[in-house]
Amino acid sequence: MKMGLKINGEFKEFDVDPSTTLLDLLREAGYMSVRRACDTGTCGVCTVLMDGKPVLSCAILALSADGHEITTVEGLKDDEDFQRLLDLFLSEGVDQCGYCNPGFLITAYAMKRELKNPTDEEIKMYLVGNLCRCSGYVGQMRALKKYLGVEE
Amino acid sequence: MQWIRGTDESFEKILRGGRMREVGRSIKKIDGYGIATGSPAYTDDLMRDALIVKVLRSPHAFARIKDIRIDEALKLEGVECILTYKDFPRVRITRAGQGYPEPSPYDKYALDEYVRYVGDEVAVVAAKDEKTALKALELIEVDYEILEPVLDFEKSEGHPSIIHPEGADGAYDPSRNLAAHFEMKVGDVEGVLKECDVVVKERFYTQAQAHVMMEPHTAGAYIDYQGRLVVISSTQVPFHVRRILARILEKPIREIRVIKPRIGGGFGGKQAIHGEPYVAMVTLKTGKPSKIVYTRKEVFESTYTRHPMRIDITLGATKDGKLRAIDMEVLSDTGAYGEHALTVLMVSGSKALPLYNKVDALRFSGKVVYTNHPPAGAYRGYGAVQGNFALESAMDILAEKLRMDPIELRKMNMIREGETSPVFKIMGEGREGTEMFIKSCKLEECLNRGKEIVNWDEKRKNKKKYRGVGVAIAMQGSGIAKIDMASATLKLNDDGSFNLIMGATDLGTGSDTILSQIAAEVLGVPVEKIVPYSSDTDLTPFDTGAYASSTTYVSGNAVKRAAEKMKELIKLEGARKLGVDPEEVEFDGERIYTKDGKSIKLDELATLLYYTENQKQLCATESFVGDESPPPYMAGFAEVEVDVETGKVDLIRYVAVVDCGVPINPNLARVQMEGGLVQGIGMTLFEDVRYSKDGKLLTNNLMNYKIPSRMDINEIIVEFVDSYEPTGPFGAKSVAEVGIDTPPAAIANAIYDAIGVRFTKLPIKPDDVLKAIKSKG
Repeated sequence: MKMGLKINGEFKEFDVDPSTTLLDLLREAGYMSVRRACDTGTCGVCTVLMDGKPVLSCAILALSADGHEITTVEGLKDDEDFQRLLDLFLSEGVDQCGYCNPGFLITAYAMKRELKNPTDEEIKMYLVGNLCRCSGYVGQMRALKKYLGVEE
Repeated sequence: MQWIRGTDESFEKILRGGRMREVGRSIKKIDGYGIATGSPAYTDDLMRDALIVKVLRSPHAFARIKDIRIDEALKLEGVECILTYKDFPRVRITRAGQGYPEPSPYDKYALDEYVRYVGDEVAVVAAKDEKTALKALELIEVDYEILEPVLDFEKSEGHPSIIHPEGADGAYDPSRNLAAHFEMKVGDVEGVLKECDVVVKERFYTQAQAHVMMEPHTAGAYIDYQGRLVVISSTQVPFHVRRILARILEKPIREIRVIKPRIGGGFGGKQAIHGEPYVAMVTLKTGKPSKIVYTRKEVFESTYTRHPMRIDITLGATKDGKLRAIDMEVLSDTGAYGEHALTVLMVSGSKALPLYNKVDALRFSGKVVYTNHPPAGAYRGYGAVQGNFALESAMDILAEKLRMDPIELRKMNMIREGETSPVFKIMGEGREGTEMFIKSCKLEECLNRGKEIVNWDEKRKNKKKYRGVGVAIAMQGSGIAKIDMASATLKLNDDGSFNLIMGATDLGTGSDTILSQIAAEVLGVPVEKIVPYSSDTDLTPFDTGAYASSTTYVSGNAVKRAAEKMKELIKLEGARKLGVDPEEVEFDGERIYTKDGKSIKLDELATLLYYTENQKQLCATESFVGDESPPPYMAGFAEVEVDVETGKVDLIRYVAVVDCGVPINPNLARVQMEGGLVQGIGMTLFEDVRYSKDGKLLTNNLMNYKIPSRMDINEIIVEFVDSYEPTGPFGAKSVAEVGIDTPPAAIANAIYDAIGVRFTKLPIKPDDVLKAIKSKG
């Protein structure tokens, strides 16, 4: 079935099988920051922004995203605020194996736009769906607090 | 063997004097930006156009395939190839990625007529897409002769059902379901125990923890333009994969190339072959590229787990706290295949017992049994975490019996710098070990500092209700002495930069970065001048791979040697150009110069060497094998609050004070430690493994197998004490595994301090806590 998405600001058309997930579509289209990890919508690795809000691309059928705006890390690379987040994150050394990084970063980027002066608990709650088995949680918190300008 | 302290004092001075330029600096991981922003980096990213390989897996815990019919599946449009056990050479292997000769038994075929656990491989399909492959799996018809499974590891030895009825080369006694066995003793344990004033005897159980690396196991294969088989794999052990594949496929090693791209975590779970033989055979048969990406369910059910263990431990001490005897008896469950069976068993003793090296008598005995559960394999800690839980819990019980402070009891009995333990020589990994005198051990400093941070004395004395603090100490190793070999090559480029080409396998730890820092330090160049490339069996020299906490120490020493050799070559060529003797020149990373003012810049020399004068390629390759495996040490402190209404244990704070020698990159060392601790916390409090009565793993996805999330983790404090390991590169030891060892015992000890209930079985779940509180009254 034919459908269209605005991905990272660029309108693209696709012909998809109705069972295709947004994750599969994005990977097939070459967006390698979008990664598959858990198959059950539990880990947050495949997170992208849909109309500015973080969604799990593995849990959304491509067709139901028809006409929407999708942002992946590839589309945020040149965003100044995203670069700042990325730099703080990498400087802390918490990228580790890297596999969950894009999903985490994009969720943190969205959080900054949604929460004003969040508490530790609010930060953790917002990101609770982003699992990291290298378990860089405390280091990620160090980077996040700098990013959000929240006092240690 | 005599040890003189400070054999490498010159380095120590340089480091302390702040003259290190690259070592000790928390630079960013060199691959971090690309990975985080979606550059194609992982196996699946690099294998875009390939046949999709799927595996038909056994629904039975133990069965023999009587008949398998693939005709209908083959007729399906888009199916390119179907493999059954008839398609592989009848060669028995071990999938465990270890040195050679392999210490694990040859008890597995790539595909077999027997299936030995729910999830074992039955057949392999390759199709044009995933949908077709999955449909084809449904069309394969299999007649099974269902056999009686062995699902209780305590009943496996001598069970009438024999899991490997055809035998297993290298297994201890497969006719009695015994994969491995080991015994050792020093002194007369029974005699000494009889003389002891206080004896503690306890039984502990640990579970089959799952690795849950975020990147599922993935492998791809293609035939290159020379007709050679190329395998890209998310593996920790590319060279072992090549060797094992050669055996499975009955091909010469030279006809196989294994490439390790970026890896999304391994933790031991990728220290083996998993999907590689299937894509390799599919590609050999079809001539087409193929790939397999494990589903999360497959990662849980059909790869590896930690070896579950039952550990009986007896400690004997005098009334004033001198530990006199340790007796440890282990029963380990290796599941369907004996991968890492013997070595994990031995490490459960060899990385626990030397902590208390002053005993008069010592005994370790252990058996590893086969069961019809998913195979256990390597997992961060590798037995040490199991052994540590038993030993360090028992030490706490002993301290209470003696009415001693647990920290003081440990300090009285623990190993110290300059000392040794008979265990080092007796117990290696799968064979005899090597004698070792400890050249760096700051356990006392670790304990003192941790005690201070958690405010131990105050908290133990003026106790708050349902709150408690607990401690455990731990050790690991740095590579496997006299077995693990690493090598590295440095190549000078015409702009004065260097390629660092090494077999060391960065699986997300940051080893490419820290090894570049080591090379840069030796050469005196900024780390940006080092271009690392790791793990490709065609292009890089050998390295055993990323396991056994080896990379910083073993690969790091190889890189250091290669860089030293390169430095000599540069001085030699520089002197030739300047027309002086090599002894007369110095190299400062930028220039080769003499005292009387002659000099040439490195990039100028490099360009001359490439294109005009005395032309040659400067290349230095060096190797390293450790004569010993210096242990990193640490003290872990847990502070908990138990909710007696719900049984939930709240881990308020975890403090880790660590002696890993000199951290090459403090940030990367710290996150390794934090990650190890969190995985250990998960093992202690959350990660439950359940099977159905037929042996099917029920906890096979991330919804019902809970790993720690950021909500579960409160304060974690990691500090490194000042330490310098003379045999390590720039004083470094390992840091990868030791972090996972202390949480089980430290948390169990803290819970005991909080509510007076001793937990001896992992994980410690709220319902168990509640039950225990109720039965205690």
